[in-house]
Amino acid sequence: MAKITRKIKTITVNADKCNGCRTCEVMCSAYHSTPRYSTVNTARARIHVTTHRLKNIWLPVFAGDYTRSECGCRDQYVLGGKEYSECSFCRAACPSRDLFKEPDSGLPLKCDMCEGEESPLCVQWCLNDVLTYQEREEEVEESPVMGDLEMGLEPLVDRYGLEKLTSSLIRLSQKD
Amino acid sequence: MRYAETGYNLEIDLATGKIERVETDPNLLGLHLGGLGTNVKLMWDRVPPETKAFDPENLLIFSNGLLCGTPAFSMNRTVVSFVSPQSDLLAYPMMGGFWATELKFAGYDKVIFRNKSPQLVYIWINNDRVEIRDATHLKGKGAVETQELIREELNEPRAQIAAIGLAGENRVFTASIEQARSSASRLGGGAVMGDKNIKAVAVRGTKDVSLARGAEFMAHMKDITKYIHYRSTNPLPGVMTILSGIGSPQEMKHTDEKWHTESFAWGNARQRRKDFWTKDIETSWKETQDNAIKRFVSCFNCPQQCGGLITHGDVSSYMMKCFSKLTYLMGAYVDNLDFGFRIGKRAFEYGVDSFSTPQILAFAVELYEAGILTDKDFEGCPTDKEGRFIWLLDRVVRREGIGDILADGTYWAARKIGNGAEAYDHNTIKKHEQMNIKLGMLDPLYYLMYATNEKISITQIEGNWPQGPFPSREDREAFVADWPQLPDDKFKQYFLDWNPRGENSNPYYPTPDMCCEIVDWMEMLHNIDDAIGLCAGMGSFCLKPPYHIHNYPKLISAATGMDIDEAGLKKIVSRSRNLHRAFNNRRGMTRADEKPPEDHWKHRFPEYEEQLLTTYYTYKGWNHDGIPTRERLMELDLGYVADDLEKRGILKDGQDNKEN
Repeated sequence: MAKITRKIKTITVNADKCNGCRTCEVMCSAYHSTPRYSTVNTARARIHVTTHRLKNIWLPVFAGDYTRSECGCRDQYVLGGKEYSECSFCRAACPSRDLFKEPDSGLPLKCDMCEGEESPLCVQWCLNDVLTYQEREEEVEESPVMGDLEMGLEPLVDRYGLEKLTSSLIRLSQKD
Repeated sequence: MRYAETGYNLEIDLATGKIERVETDPNLLGLHLGGLGTNVKLMWDRVPPETKAFDPENLLIFSNGLLCGTPAFSMNRTVVSFVSPQSDLLAYPMMGGFWATELKFAGYDKVIFRNKSPQLVYIWINNDRVEIRDATHLKGKGAVETQELIREELNEPRAQIAAIGLAGENRVFTASIEQARSSASRLGGGAVMGDKNIKAVAVRGTKDVSLARGAEFMAHMKDITKYIHYRSTNPLPGVMTILSGIGSPQEMKHTDEKWHTESFAWGNARQRRKDFWTKDIETSWKETQDNAIKRFVSCFNCPQQCGGLITHGDVSSYMMKCFSKLTYLMGAYVDNLDFGFRIGKRAFEYGVDSFSTPQILAFAVELYEAGILTDKDFEGCPTDKEGRFIWLLDRVVRREGIGDILADGTYWAARKIGNGAEAYDHNTIKKHEQMNIKLGMLDPLYYLMYATNEKISITQIEGNWPQGPFPSREDREAFVADWPQLPDDKFKQYFLDWNPRGENSNPYYPTPDMCCEIVDWMEMLHNIDDAIGLCAGMGSFCLKPPYHIHNYPKLISAATGMDIDEAGLKKIVSRSRNLHRAFNNRRGMTRADEKPPEDHWKHRFPEYEEQLLTTYYTYKGWNHDGIPTRERLMELDLGYVADDLEKRGILKDGQDNKEN
């Protein structure tokens, strides 16, 4: 398969500099509201500052992919003498917790890097330089591009299996 | 649709356990904004002058500010209002931290408590679900510790919790309410909370706060952010380090304490030690502070880092801010900063005001040394300065022995102890302990602020005008060249002509008329901040701050959709300010109460001070007794207040400014 150039976006999180103000959460939720900047709700933010003040823990974490099932084991880290609570570093919207889910519908949230902006809004508004945005290019194998329909079908395949879905589609097509 | 505010208050009757979510009158926004403004309105409407602090009818109101929860930086203040057990007037201590915005995200502007719970409880507000929960297992627990215990019990690390410690439970008049790295400290809110049997109020919210014109709001925020960058990289020359930047005084960052330790008074606000700051002290204090502070800490959505996470030797973690590292140490005449960080933890867990409390302890030590308190009162007290202070603090928060009397503060304690103790209560205004400052020449601006402000705590009255004149004309010119925060350019001339000595210096310059304009301007800024929920460190208590009279109306308009200009905004906060004054007048406050401590300045000018006060009263539209005239009240749409004051005989029919 042919090689193509892909843009890799990185946000470096210097958690040592974070002092827990949660401006990143505020700006993220305001930017992603519809119309833009019409509401603020940190529970809708795609970044979350995990905070245990007296343990000296302030850890900004970005919302990653939705996952259907929780891990077989919960991670608990001790780093530099600090004990982090379960799954502190995990980015997933997962059944084990309500983090990174819309508070009313429960639908998962995912960081989109504020596509179309010069840099993500959390980076722009963090005045303490905790978050730094970088782009670089990498050569990767070209993979087939999925169409909208395929993307829509994928969760159904995940949920019911290809066999069931195929037989359902066949049954549906025979109805008329 | 309500913008910026939620439009709902939570009303909790602690006696019956009844909880109501009450929609508020939308017109109150245009009349009083929110925060302190609407708190004052509620207090006027519902707390009659006969109600005392510990009566069930006293309200305890926790409010966020109008712009809390919007994207505007540093809008995170909780305003707590109640009749104070110490001053018997309307108190409104405030705290930063995270509680105010969480309450707004939960869908409420205020929580209003009335009556008393039969046993110790805490309140759990989780969006629409509100519970009164048993807190008997938390009795006696520290105010900081309690926050952690409740988070664990609720299994909700994101809950924000305001709690009291032992001092509040025991109704100590200087008991504070502690939350995250902040405290609502002044005038005994913790005591009223304890009297109502509330150990803590925990909040978690996941609802939206709406902006009327969000994109426009963000455009204003970009301008303000530019100015924050500018001020952060350009500290002001010619003023003390802690006043040169923005944010609250950076007491956790700066280790140079020459100014505080040599200019402020030690002990019971008695003695200045003008040669305290030696090289040895500087070295040891810097080392102690650098070791103790593990991280600088912000409040919600604030780029400043005014708080510090402290771990000091065997003292477990706690958070501190501002001047509290010095108040106990200076009160006790202890030269080692180690003591400040040690007693700080104990005091924050007990939940006491770190301005008033050390002065009460120092007052007790003075009375002992003067023979007014005796060995019997101090039985079991260690003889070293540090041990004595800790022993006294322990007695006060438990109301044990002499501590029971001291727990009411220096004014009331002095009168209970008698035998000449009254003379040692020398640093209170309206029965409330003041900053430990004793100076030489009368300052007319500070005279007016101390005498007349409803806050009764100078750090939240002063701010935008420099504390003193600059020695050189050149420096003054440089300062006024870039001063966009001023309400009027004529203030520049006032500052240019203000000299440290000789002609145009204190006490006769600024002139009484100029003083009125300057003080009124500063007071207005504080009243705006306290209504919108802005930390004074980014507005009213800061030289050349990012927020000022020219951009507040833009933000308020874009956030609420209620278009307002500078004059309109000024009128709103004037209305709330006069209502606040009328509330206190109705409780008996008059001109006779409006004076700074007698020994605040060495050089006093009684006749001139009376002239200053009268000029200011006239400027404000108050009569000779400091009561708003009917004319002034009518201008502010407060006819109902004039009627009430007349009915009670506080305002005489037809009385106006002419009597001044």
